[in-house]
Amino acid sequence: MIVQMLVFYVLSAVTVAAGVMVISARNPVHSVLFLILAFFNSAGLFVLIGAEFLAMVLVIVYVGAVAVLFMFVVMMLDINFVRLREGFLQYLPIGGLIGLILLVELIFVVGSWALTPQERAMLAQQPAPASVTNVEALGDLFYTTYFWLFQAVGLILLVAIISAITLTMRARSGVRRQSIADQVSRTRHQAVELRKIQPGGGV
Amino acid sequence: MAVPLAHYLTVAAILFTLGIFGIFLNRKNIIIILMSIELMLLAINLNFVAFSAYLGDLAGQVFAMFVLTVAAAEAAIGLAILVVYFRNRGSIEVDDINLMRG
Amino acid sequence: MLHVATVFAPAVGALIVGFFVRLLTGRQAHLITCAFMGLSAVCGIASFLTIVYQGPEKVLLFEWIAVGSFESEWMLRVDALTGVMFFVVSFVSFLIHVYSLGYMEGAHDPHIPRFMCYLSMFTFFMLMLVSSDSIVQLFFGWEGVGLASYLLIGFWYTRPSANAAAIKAFIVNRVADFAFMLGIAATFLVFDSVQFDVIFANAAEHQAAQITVFGTTFQALDVVAFLLFIGAMGKSAQLGLHTWLPDAMEGPTPVSALIHAATMVTAGVFLVARMSPVFEYAPDVLAFVAFIGGSTAFFAATIAVVQTDIKRVVAYSTCSQLGYMFAACGVSAYSAGIFHLATHAFFKSLLFLSCGSVITALHEEQDMRNMGGLWRKLPITYAVMCIGALALAGIPFFAGYYSKDFILEATWASQAGFAHWAYWGGTLGAGLTALYIFRLIFFAFHGKFRGTDEQFAKIHESPLVMTIPLLVLAVGAAFGGMIGQVLIEPDMAIWDGSIFVLAQNNVLEAAHHIPALAQLLPLILAFAGIAIAFVMYILRPEWPALLVPKVRPIYTFLVHKWYFDELYDFLFVRPAMWIGYRLWQRGDLGVIDGYGPNGFAAVSVDIARRAMRLQTGYLYHYAFAMLIGVALLVTWYLFVIQG
Repeated sequence: MIVQMLVFYVLSAVTVAAGVMVISARNPVHSVLFLILAFFNSAGLFVLIGAEFLAMVLVIVYVGAVAVLFMFVVMMLDINFVRLREGFLQYLPIGGLIGLILLVELIFVVGSWALTPQERAMLAQQPAPASVTNVEALGDLFYTTYFWLFQAVGLILLVAIISAITLTMRARSGVRRQSIADQVSRTRHQAVELRKIQPGGGV
Repeated sequence: MAVPLAHYLTVAAILFTLGIFGIFLNRKNIIIILMSIELMLLAINLNFVAFSAYLGDLAGQVFAMFVLTVAAAEAAIGLAILVVYFRNRGSIEVDDINLMRG
Repeated sequence: MLHVATVFAPAVGALIVGFFVRLLTGRQAHLITCAFMGLSAVCGIASFLTIVYQGPEKVLLFEWIAVGSFESEWMLRVDALTGVMFFVVSFVSFLIHVYSLGYMEGAHDPHIPRFMCYLSMFTFFMLMLVSSDSIVQLFFGWEGVGLASYLLIGFWYTRPSANAAAIKAFIVNRVADFAFMLGIAATFLVFDSVQFDVIFANAAEHQAAQITVFGTTFQALDVVAFLLFIGAMGKSAQLGLHTWLPDAMEGPTPVSALIHAATMVTAGVFLVARMSPVFEYAPDVLAFVAFIGGSTAFFAATIAVVQTDIKRVVAYSTCSQLGYMFAACGVSAYSAGIFHLATHAFFKSLLFLSCGSVITALHEEQDMRNMGGLWRKLPITYAVMCIGALALAGIPFFAGYYSKDFILEATWASQAGFAHWAYWGGTLGAGLTALYIFRLIFFAFHGKFRGTDEQFAKIHESPLVMTIPLLVLAVGAAFGGMIGQVLIEPDMAIWDGSIFVLAQNNVLEAAHHIPALAQLLPLILAFAGIAIAFVMYILRPEWPALLVPKVRPIYTFLVHKWYFDELYDFLFVRPAMWIGYRLWQRGDLGVIDGYGPNGFAAVSVDIARRAMRLQTGYLYHYAFAMLIGVALLVTWYLFVIQG
């Protein structure tokens, strides 16, 4: 009990701190690193809740792919962070106020959330789950009830690949590229040229 | 459950608010905006999973999975756009992006 | 039927010519309008005779206004007063219609059809005015003649001076018409009706009635009569509201003859005579009328003596003679005033048309200083002009003598207030009248021609279409007085009630019995005036130039028309223009435009510009706006929906 609460507080504190540093770090590389830290800690929180699969997926996908991608871009764009402007403080009062209000309201809502009697009854009626792992349980759902959504999500990823390539691909001069269709459709006349050469003379 | 639901939800709310702050308080560059979006999505995920755990309904985690996928796709495309934008304009400073000024 | 034809024939003529004004030639338009006007003249004379021998009539045309007790119908009231006016107006108008062709062709005017249309239209309104049965209908005619006057004064509208004169005439008349309208309202207030029958029948009962205006109490009939008289003053160019008449000479000479000599300006006199039942019970107003009449008679004559434009002399003469007519009315001798109106119509229009003949012969020359020695070249014009001058000066046997001198006798005999003032003003004016008219004759027709010899060679007498009306008018000017004396019979039998005089005010009989010196003084002064003119302009023509420096202040005062125009300019015109300018700049442009169209536009632009500032183009601003929206939404949801 205590351990869990302690773990929870540590993990959430670090997450929140990492979140703050993400938005306020001067060096964008540092921001990405702090984002990675935030992901890791939330993964920890997920494990604490009991959703291991999702925690691992978070690490693999978010940290391993998305954050790395961020890093790639940050480094590629060669941002000179010395020249970056800071207009942070100008909007902090009013923005901070609005944000704080929103936060307070969210917590208010959250704190007053309660189950209705029907839901509590329904909850009580649920049979204790058979001891299946989280992965197995998710797999049961993904490939049966939510199968179409699962496939649609795959399509989304496909779309993402195609659009990313389409957006950034450009024709560069001086790059030789194969055109398979041209290669295949080449005829003998294009490939071979017959020349009569005098012995001793050049081409 | 040892840790009450409200705690998880509070953490999620704080993370969400931080993400929002990141969008309009930042004057640095666009990558911070994209990262703030990732923070917000992370908060959402935390929210979903927390509820899923407390209600014993796995649909929350399923949805969080989908959210994750979409977040990854969106980050990829967003960064691709950013790269193309940088190629064309030479800068990703937020203050320089005001072509839509009325 | 006869009366309807008299009144409406000119209107038909005007309408026909008016609708086809671009298709008709001058001669065709002239023929049409003269035909209808001739019909009206014949019917007018016939009407007059019918009334004299058969008595008054009324012809109902149709209903007009019926609001509570304010009723007015379109009704022709044809009694003796109307009959005299019918005769004078239609006959003189017909002669002037005929004359106009010659004059306008001589001026090479391209718009003769429009001119004839306006002339006939004017005649219609004047006839309507004199035959109206209610004061509102009279006002219709009143305004109509004012309109016709404006159109005809500004007939040559390409001349800025003509336009200015037309506006001046209209505006000065408007001031008088304002008083007239107040008079109509006062009439309705006192008598509860605007129809003449009701007013005349009840005038005696209301003589003690009182009206309270702005806290001061006046006799009701005094108020009514005073307001109507102010209206008459404007129309008849009496002292104070006279400034428009000399400038009205900008119009063609037939216009001056018809409107500003014979008929329109006499509408004021007609009004006073028509409203005699009311005026008789307002002795203070009658005194004022006499005062104004006598003053005007003298004042205008003084100015006429120094005029150099041939038409202006006659114009001021008209102003002066109208003073005589009002003086007559002021001493309750309305019939004498109307008699003088009739004779004056003849000899004054004769004088004007003769001037027109001279002007045409000299190719639009109007300045007497460029004339001289014309009597050999324009014998007929000279002869009729002499007849007119003799009539105007009041020489015995000519028309003016019978009417003008009788008026002066009546003023002497009367006990009314300001009657003797009117006598002296009129008598001195008579001397001056003879002086200025014979000055005109001698200066313009005698002596040596003061232009070039080749101009002199081109002068020839006017065509028949001009000279025949002159001759007819000359007959009237010569014999009209003797014939018309029946109008001033003391028993007023011919008037048959159309003019009302209280028994104690009737001086028609007493006028025949005044002291001999008083009776002869006007005549003596007239002969003296002719003698002075003879000396100054025939015997010793160099004396006028020598005299002027010795009397420079008086001369300047008279040449500037007693500085009335300058005074009015200072008192009224400049402040009005200033106010108008201010209201335009600050009021119209500043306030109304500023808060109205321009203000709205400016506010719209301003709001748009402020709204534009929301569109900064920065992503974080938009995100911030969204955040505020979300926060508000959540707050609203929490506190309003959930409670």
